[in-house]
Amino acid sequence: MLQLELWKRILIWGVVVLGLVFALPNLFYTRVEQANDARAAIAAGMDTEENQALAAQWPSFLPSNLVNLGLDLRGGAHLLAEVKVADVYEQRMEALWPEVRDALRDERATVGTIRLQDSEPGILRVRISQPEGMAKALEVVNGLARPVTSLTGAGASDLAVSSDGSDIIVQLSEAEKLATDDRTLRQALEIIRRRIDEVGTREPTILRQGTDRILIQVPGIGSADEVKAIIGTTAQLTFQPVISRTTNAETSPGIGNELLPAADEKGVYYVLEQAPVVTGEQLTDAQPSFDQNGRPAVNFRFNPQGARKFGDYTAANIGSPFAIVLDGEVISAPTIQSHIPGGSGIITGNFTIEESTNLAVLLRAGALPAGLNFLEERTIGPELGQDSIDAGALASAVGAIAVVVFMWASYGLFGIFANIALVINVAMMFGVLSMLGATLTLPGIAGIVLTIGMAVDANVLIFERIREELRVAKGPARAISLGFEKALSAIVDANITTLITAVILFLVGSGPVRGFAVTLGLGIITSVFTAIYVTRLLIILWFDRRRPKTIEV
Amino acid sequence: MRLKIIPDNTNWDFFGRAKLWLGISLTLIVVSFASFLYQGLNYGIDFRGGTTIRTESAQTVDVGAYRGALAPLDLGDITITEVFDPSFGPDKNVAMIRIQAQSEDEAMSAEMIKTVEQTLSAVSPDIKFVSVESVGPKVSGELIQTAVLAVVGAIAVVLFYIWLRFEWQFAVGAVVALVHDVILTIGIFSEFQIRFDLAIIAALLTIVGYSLNDTVVVFDRVRENLRKYKKMPLKELLNLSINETLSRTFMTSFTTLVALIALLVLGGDVIRGFVFAMTWGIFVGTYSSVFVASTLLLLMGVKRDWSKDKGVQEGNQFAKPDA
Repeated sequence: MLQLELWKRILIWGVVVLGLVFALPNLFYTRVEQANDARAAIAAGMDTEENQALAAQWPSFLPSNLVNLGLDLRGGAHLLAEVKVADVYEQRMEALWPEVRDALRDERATVGTIRLQDSEPGILRVRISQPEGMAKALEVVNGLARPVTSLTGAGASDLAVSSDGSDIIVQLSEAEKLATDDRTLRQALEIIRRRIDEVGTREPTILRQGTDRILIQVPGIGSADEVKAIIGTTAQLTFQPVISRTTNAETSPGIGNELLPAADEKGVYYVLEQAPVVTGEQLTDAQPSFDQNGRPAVNFRFNPQGARKFGDYTAANIGSPFAIVLDGEVISAPTIQSHIPGGSGIITGNFTIEESTNLAVLLRAGALPAGLNFLEERTIGPELGQDSIDAGALASAVGAIAVVVFMWASYGLFGIFANIALVINVAMMFGVLSMLGATLTLPGIAGIVLTIGMAVDANVLIFERIREELRVAKGPARAISLGFEKALSAIVDANITTLITAVILFLVGSGPVRGFAVTLGLGIITSVFTAIYVTRLLIILWFDRRRPKTIEV
Repeated sequence: MRLKIIPDNTNWDFFGRAKLWLGISLTLIVVSFASFLYQGLNYGIDFRGGTTIRTESAQTVDVGAYRGALAPLDLGDITITEVFDPSFGPDKNVAMIRIQAQSEDEAMSAEMIKTVEQTLSAVSPDIKFVSVESVGPKVSGELIQTAVLAVVGAIAVVLFYIWLRFEWQFAVGAVVALVHDVILTIGIFSEFQIRFDLAIIAALLTIVGYSLNDTVVVFDRVRENLRKYKKMPLKELLNLSINETLSRTFMTSFTTLVALIALLVLGGDVIRGFVFAMTWGIFVGTYSSVFVASTLLLLMGVKRDWSKDKGVQEGNQFAKPDA
């Protein structure tokens, strides 16, 4: 009959209270947010009085998790970048050439002279003058291969070597490509994260998506441009020997050399040796500064290995120019005046202060292993977000009041029980959302409103069932208990099917759609709980006190 | 005194005009298809790539002037629409500018966006760009794929679940009703050329969920009555079940619609399309669970022996011939 064991009652109230407590911080959103920021600042060592005061705004024994607001509500920038993983294949092949050359040179007797041929990027094509020695040549080149260092590709070799007439064709093997892609993406992710952290924006989301994509979301930033300026630059810095300077863009640089444009002088090109003396990887520090003439510049320092190479090179080449190259452009090409032993130097160019600061950030964080393509970029202004929050809140309030009034008008006292359950339901949704650190998006708000409408469904099913049972003239207690019992299978089936769609939405959806799926799914779970257990408990409490002979639903 | 949308103990005949209702549904489906084929959907940038810029200005939006200013930039197809919403004050004039995708796979370049913004600022000095979104065609193609996959996947899983819980006729009825709802929703988006973006897919899936919810409640009652009245003709039994659950069907649809209409009117223009899809879907979903799903069930017929006596099926529990 109409009974619920004590432990069940305690459990139900316990869950409700827990939900409400976790929802509480969202009522004081700004205050809790400030307190959280202040606490984070104190933990980071900025223990100022101001921060202490801000942190004290919210008692530390209460939960302080908030529902994250999505970009469409808070404003900010969203970027989807594709990492050009093939760049790395190309670099690997370029770096392999000297090795191949040296190895084949030792076998000159059988393979003859060797010559690097033009080929598509990512493929090394080497011609030998004695094709009879091809078997030996292949053996030698294969000897340069190393086993692939990944779990799935274990045992495979990292190079795929084949022959085409008198040409040896070397490229990365498929297993190595997969392993490289993974490494490239992980490095890119790490470097993007470091760069964004250097700039110091709050709560950026940087996620890997699929095999070659990275999703970047930075709340509160004015435009996607700003983010792109930071992460879009590859920042590959090299110091290369200069062979000549020219104004003819058609100059053929010769194999092993390259022709690169000057960054600030239009129409000026440099022919450089392709193999760099030192690269940005050997930098340990970079700081914005000014040169002797007071123009913005960047100071840098090499690690010991880089310092030694740079020192040796400068000692051997006094009087000849070398080029500082950033992402395929020659920033400057000073002449070496003297041996530079200390491993530190300065990069000058036509920088603005902002540019030199950015460059220093980029050099410190390291170069991206490959370039990025931006497939998707969205900027949402904070005003638009605020408008959406306001509109969503108003609509939710009006919708909720309408539903509440309607339930009361339709079911009287029982309607009020359902309404209490509804309010608890919405609060619990926020509680769980905060606990999970889920993100609330605009469609998410729609999900909440939809849940408000649908949450009463379970109660409607139960109440209608109680009405039916009352019509067949059973006692009130029996009718109530049967109502709950018989409505259960419909409630379960109906909600499981909706839950299935929510799960599928979550799995395949992205961004705002996912936010919607989360609120919808959670709403279903909490609404079934409140509609079945909380309403039931309320009805039982009321029934035990009053013991009515007849009831009207 | 209780508010009652549906009187107690109704005994309406829902199948007297079954052919008419099926006819109406069929016509609407054909119209939807025709509209979809001839006009196509007004895809948002999520699905076909391109850039949308939302502008806000105190001056009235002069679409012609905007268009004139942007024409020399040679950006291809540009659509400019003024956006109205009751919540906008007189000094808030909003326009949406949509520019076709510029490259094969990438989003619009930052310089290009800047040029567009500067050009528009020259026309209307106080113009603000409250949101700029750009999607490359490479991603948008994939988004369509995932979206279609999501809808089809959801329907398939649900079909399976209902088949598991009920009988295959129920599953077919429910799924046809679902497909009906989805098609009619896509149809209305195509007919009125409402912008169809990623959020609408979420709406479609919600409609799938809701329509099912409704259908399942009716079916649950049918199953119960099948056990209770073993000799009642199917038509009568279905009618009885629908009548018994009618009050609930309307109550739930009504509360949901009330909440959604509040959102439709007050929720702002950004999600209006999304909310519209849902509102329409709930309307259609309620209709279809009664007039499409149940009618199909009547046409297909169902297994009548729902007794749970184990004696009959002793031996191999997997040997149910029609399960």
